[in-house]
Amino acid sequence: MTLKTPSDVAFARQAAARAMGAIGASAIKTTKFVTAVSEIARNAVIYGRGGVISFTQTGPSGRQSVIAVCTDRGPGIEDISAAIADGYSTGKSLGLGLGGAKRLVDRFEITSSSRQGTKVTLECGPR
Amino acid sequence: MPNEVTISSIIINDYERVLTEWLKVQSAEGVKRTDLVSGKESEQQSRDLLSAMAKAMPKEATDDNLDLAEPGWEPVRDALETIAENRTQRGVSTTEMGWFIGALKQPLFKILQGEIGEKPRILMREIWNVTRLIDQISLHAIETLVSKREAIIERQRAEMTEVAAPVVKIWDSIVTVPLIGTLDSFRAQTVMENLLDAIVQWEAEVAIIDITGVSTVDTMVAQHLLKTAAAVRLMGAECVICGISPKIAQTVVNLGVELPNIVTRVDLESGLAYAFERVGVIAGRG
Repeated sequence: MTLKTPSDVAFARQAAARAMGAIGASAIKTTKFVTAVSEIARNAVIYGRGGVISFTQTGPSGRQSVIAVCTDRGPGIEDISAAIADGYSTGKSLGLGLGGAKRLVDRFEITSSSRQGTKVTLECGPR
Repeated sequence: MPNEVTISSIIINDYERVLTEWLKVQSAEGVKRTDLVSGKESEQQSRDLLSAMAKAMPKEATDDNLDLAEPGWEPVRDALETIAENRTQRGVSTTEMGWFIGALKQPLFKILQGEIGEKPRILMREIWNVTRLIDQISLHAIETLVSKREAIIERQRAEMTEVAAPVVKIWDSIVTVPLIGTLDSFRAQTVMENLLDAIVQWEAEVAIIDITGVSTVDTMVAQHLLKTAAAVRLMGAECVICGISPKIAQTVVNLGVELPNIVTRVDLESGLAYAFERVGVIAGRG
């Protein structure tokens, strides 16, 4: 689904909650994953000039997890480790979004370049 | 030599025939939606649109220079506006709207074939003109329909924003605002303004923000809450945030958000108990 406006972020959150529901995830894991998706999707809208997010399920049945892949065509992040560090923001926000999202999920990957934009992968298991 | 047959001449001279045929095609194609729009209304709408076209046609080009934005086409645009308005309210889809107008092609083709069937070159030219005209009208109709719907959505959003931030006075010097759903920047601003106004109006000492109905507290929501709390404090009142569920609490901690100098409580009841204590109300049981 495309991410362009703040209401797209809300839509991505709902999709994330549905995907976690489909693998029978616990309420706390769902809340954590949905919050992480919210951070990443909002970053794509605010800093990445819009982007795309997709959700897939993976793993053997019973131990499935949800993977969210969010890509944007923005200017990219110059210093990823600084961006993940708490309190770093190029905007006027708290600067906790990326690092927070990383702590909320089981697997967090980020790649970024000025030519291809930023790609963030989030994975979260059911428990 | 008789006047040349064109779409204009057909619609103006063969008005009733075109209308009857059009209505027939509408029912044959199943685009009448008698469940949403009554047959009578459909007929009236078709009649209005066709009359508007007949009115515009003598003045405006229907050939390569066709431009629906020309002032002469105004009756057609007005008729489409009225039809779109009526059909949006009934929930007619864009496809059905497109077909409703598209169904006008067949009767026009039929008449053209009957009148100038033996002159293929003129026939081709007129068929092309009809197609372009009807497609343009159809597209305009769909665009109008969509913009009407967008207007409705925008209005509902505005209504939601309004109802979503009702600040209520629950006791002397105590006001509360229950937040529900998504807290975007726009709503956060509305909530803050309403809350600050209420503090002045009711001389409140404690403002309780109940976030039980907020499903996700991410860094942006947290930032809005921090800002609101800071503004409340500047007004000399104290801010209590309540309705923080265990999962929200864990998520906020993981995010690394700190809420310094803000009193938080698990639910509205304990939030209110704290507020009573602050303003010196003694709540007893029995």
